[in-house]
Amino acid sequence: MIDRRLLTNIDWVLSGLVVTICLLGILNIYSATTPYKIVGTAYFIKQFYWMLLGMSISLAVCSVDYHILEDLSYWLYGLLLFLLLAVLAVGRQSMGATRWLDLGLFTIQPSELMKLVIIVAFARFFNNFQSVGGLTIKEVLLPLGLLALPAALIMKQPDLGTATLVMLIALSMVIYVGLRWSTIITFTCITIPMAWIGWAFMLRPYQKNRVLDFLDPERSRLGSGYHIIQSKIAVGSGGFAGKGFVKGTQSQLRFLPEQHTDFAFSVFAEEWGFIGCLVLIILYLSLVLWGLNIARRCNDRFGGLLAVGVTAMLFWHIVINIGMVIGLFPVVGVPLPFFSYGGTSMITSMVGIGLLQNISMRRFMF
Amino acid sequence: MKERRFVRELLESKQRILVLSFVVGVVFLFLVIRLWHLQILQTENYQAMSENNRLRFVPVAASRGTIMDRTGKILVNNRPSFSLAIIPQEVKDKEALLTLLSELLGLDRADMAGRWEKSMGRAKYYPIVLASNLTRDHVEIVEENRLRLPGVEIEMKPVREYSGGELAAHLLGYIGEVSEKELDSEDFEAYNPGDYIGKNGIERALEGDLHGNDGGRQLEVDARGRVLRTVSESYPTVGSSVMLTIDASLQKQAELAFGDQAGAAVVIDVNSGEILAFVSNPGFDPSLFSGRLPADIWQGYLNDVRHPLENKALSGQYPPGSTFKMITALAGLQNNLINDSTTVNCNGSHKLGTSTFKCWNKKGHGVTNLRKSLRESCDVFYYELGEKLGVDKIAAAAQAFKLGTPLGVELLNERSGLIPTAEWKQKRFGKRWYRGETLPVAIGQGAVLLTPIQLASMTATIANEGTIYRPHLVKRIVDADGRTLRETKTEIIGTASFSKESFRLVKQGMLAVVNEPGGTGSMARLYDVKVAGKTGTSQVVKLRDSKQGIPYQYRDHALFVAFAPFDNPEIAVAVVIEHGEHGGAAAAPIAGRILRTYFDGKKPPRKEPSETAKEESGDEDTVTVTDEKEMPAVVKEVRPPGDAVHD
Repeated sequence: MIDRRLLTNIDWVLSGLVVTICLLGILNIYSATTPYKIVGTAYFIKQFYWMLLGMSISLAVCSVDYHILEDLSYWLYGLLLFLLLAVLAVGRQSMGATRWLDLGLFTIQPSELMKLVIIVAFARFFNNFQSVGGLTIKEVLLPLGLLALPAALIMKQPDLGTATLVMLIALSMVIYVGLRWSTIITFTCITIPMAWIGWAFMLRPYQKNRVLDFLDPERSRLGSGYHIIQSKIAVGSGGFAGKGFVKGTQSQLRFLPEQHTDFAFSVFAEEWGFIGCLVLIILYLSLVLWGLNIARRCNDRFGGLLAVGVTAMLFWHIVINIGMVIGLFPVVGVPLPFFSYGGTSMITSMVGIGLLQNISMRRFMF
Repeated sequence: MKERRFVRELLESKQRILVLSFVVGVVFLFLVIRLWHLQILQTENYQAMSENNRLRFVPVAASRGTIMDRTGKILVNNRPSFSLAIIPQEVKDKEALLTLLSELLGLDRADMAGRWEKSMGRAKYYPIVLASNLTRDHVEIVEENRLRLPGVEIEMKPVREYSGGELAAHLLGYIGEVSEKELDSEDFEAYNPGDYIGKNGIERALEGDLHGNDGGRQLEVDARGRVLRTVSESYPTVGSSVMLTIDASLQKQAELAFGDQAGAAVVIDVNSGEILAFVSNPGFDPSLFSGRLPADIWQGYLNDVRHPLENKALSGQYPPGSTFKMITALAGLQNNLINDSTTVNCNGSHKLGTSTFKCWNKKGHGVTNLRKSLRESCDVFYYELGEKLGVDKIAAAAQAFKLGTPLGVELLNERSGLIPTAEWKQKRFGKRWYRGETLPVAIGQGAVLLTPIQLASMTATIANEGTIYRPHLVKRIVDADGRTLRETKTEIIGTASFSKESFRLVKQGMLAVVNEPGGTGSMARLYDVKVAGKTGTSQVVKLRDSKQGIPYQYRDHALFVAFAPFDNPEIAVAVVIEHGEHGGAAAAPIAGRILRTYFDGKKPPRKEPSETAKEESGDEDTVTVTDEKEMPAVVKEVRPPGDAVHD
């Protein structure tokens, strides 16, 4: 099964960074959930279990040579499209959106898996694709279709956050492959009117509100603008050194919404201050740069594309989540990888780490 | 050529990685700059905002729906209850506050301190209740001294009020705080710790309707805990009201008729299955259960040999004794083993093999036909019939009446009773059925068990000659605006198919039980309405001879079932007196009093001077409750106590 030589090539930098962030996350979840009345197992312990489960899955992922994905890629893509359709047909409703699919034993969120599968599908596509001097408009059309199908289905759920992420991941990979200037200009010209049409006809009122609230938080102090204001107060009042562990008033008095999941970073920022944030951001930056480094070191194109895709996935999650918490982006339900409470996010991210590890370990095999 | 291109691409993409890394670095730098801006440059600004940030969420519990009887009389209602709470984070000097509170309100300082201590360790903004059930005076004093009492709050929550006291306690049930185990169950997924739920009876069975939806208010308060404004509010939705099929005055009289005796009674509408009275005696005070139940009262309930907390009408299972003889008789008639003219000579006992089965009348009943066998409850007649029938044919007749299965009344935990068959014994004990075991079954002893609901349903089905209606307690569910949300439809759950002639003969026998000389049920006789019934006395344990000095829990159960009027039956009654010893003497008078009350209530109301003033509670069928406040708060006794139990 797993080659002994591979074990000596385990990427300890990657694993070390991930575990450190996970542990900081668990510490933070402990603090964020102290004001909750908890029935059953505490959140931070559950998160620990999720971490262990995620790491096991990650290990499983890196034990099989990633080249097998090249053959499986379109099958996976087809299966996911089917699941996304199934969600729309028979999915479980939760908070106004249908995202979950009940498989009897457990429920899955196909849109979450799509983030990974789009990476694999695009890697496969561009691996067999030769272009000199960047992609032309014609060459972009096919991958665009490959992306549009799942993106539209996810939008329909409606899950704007995930749809955006899937598109951003794909876009990052396309940029990595390279675009001609003419292509970039043409697409900018098409995208702007498209965006206007999307705004006018496709976004749901609550989604529009979120964008407007972001542009002007005072617009509705109670609606979604409330989240941004409260989060900014939490982060800002943390100051240079923070209020101290379990001493953040914003979090302990529960002014923050979803403070153990999407807004976990603002709890951290309040309690650990600028210094803490700097440490965490440097950890995340190192993780992303290391991911790109793995892509650079990899000597086969498929592996490089995969590594860039996974790194892009982590990068966009991190930037959008932190950006949202500190008022740079509108509120979209995007968790901070390894840091926010939640099993789905932990497992998706860990599968990604498994892939990176896989590519990193096998870089000498060629 | 191709290889050169490949290498070129690889090199190009490696360069691109460097560009991407640079872009990533720039984006992260932006994040850091933004954090610098928030946490270093503007931190004072935000710190001030977080200091003044005192938004608080106050959940507002929905008021539970009311429960009323069939005429719209309120049986269970809500009244506001005030309690004194403090918000720990708002309190500067705990000791001074406690002293001040005990001075102002005259409350026990040590008790309040104790409660405070117990709730330490919770979030500091979370209110701690120091005293409950405040009087209006207390509330006023606190409001007047608001400024001296920072952090003190008055909480109002609705408390369940059972206007009839112990009336129909088992039926109505009680509420209590949701338990951890219940929170884990599917039924209570949407509930939060601390929520009150129905624990029992109708309160539990219709929890989903009664509960309503809780709301909440987001308040902005200043540093002293004064509410500045309501920031946002979601209103609780009042729970729906439940109208029962119960007639409160009939229920009341039925309960009074029991006195101290333990037992159950079910009164059922013969033509719809509506349950008009549902008694389990002794009762308890349901209002005690929503708060902290005093330990001595709890112990008292537990130690009472009469088991007040048990819902005997729903889950009490009793050997039906001679009230089962109608079933055996119908089985005999259906199988052509007896007819109108069949006679048996009863000499006081019946021999089968080496065993002797005694008739209750040691002297014997002499020549006995079907009518006499019912009237005087001759056992020997049924021993002989049972021997010919065999257990399975008796069981088939009982099952035709849906005995041995729960009948589907709305309450939870309805028991099924037990109708033994040869197969059942094989399964349960791994032994074959002996012929001698059939004989006790024929007279409703042995393993036969019925619930009071089943007894009433059986009697109703005999009265209407074969139609089995689903017994039900809920007439309709009404929302807060008085609109009917659900109405219970009369539902036929089966048919007991016996010939008209069979039913006629059995009913004639039952008429004789109450009305002919020598009948065992004469104490249920009414002077103006023809009552038909059957007594039953069922053994709890086999004891020979003298009943003198038998301990209470070993005495026989007394049963009586009846329907009336004979010619056009309206209601059926089943009465069980636990350890009441004689059906005819203990249970029949209670059934008689229930029937008396029912038929008196049907007459145009008697206008006695003292009575007219409080007579107006509404018409039986047309009452729709639109405004709770207009409803009488207390169940009125409209009818005089049953005055005519004729012999």
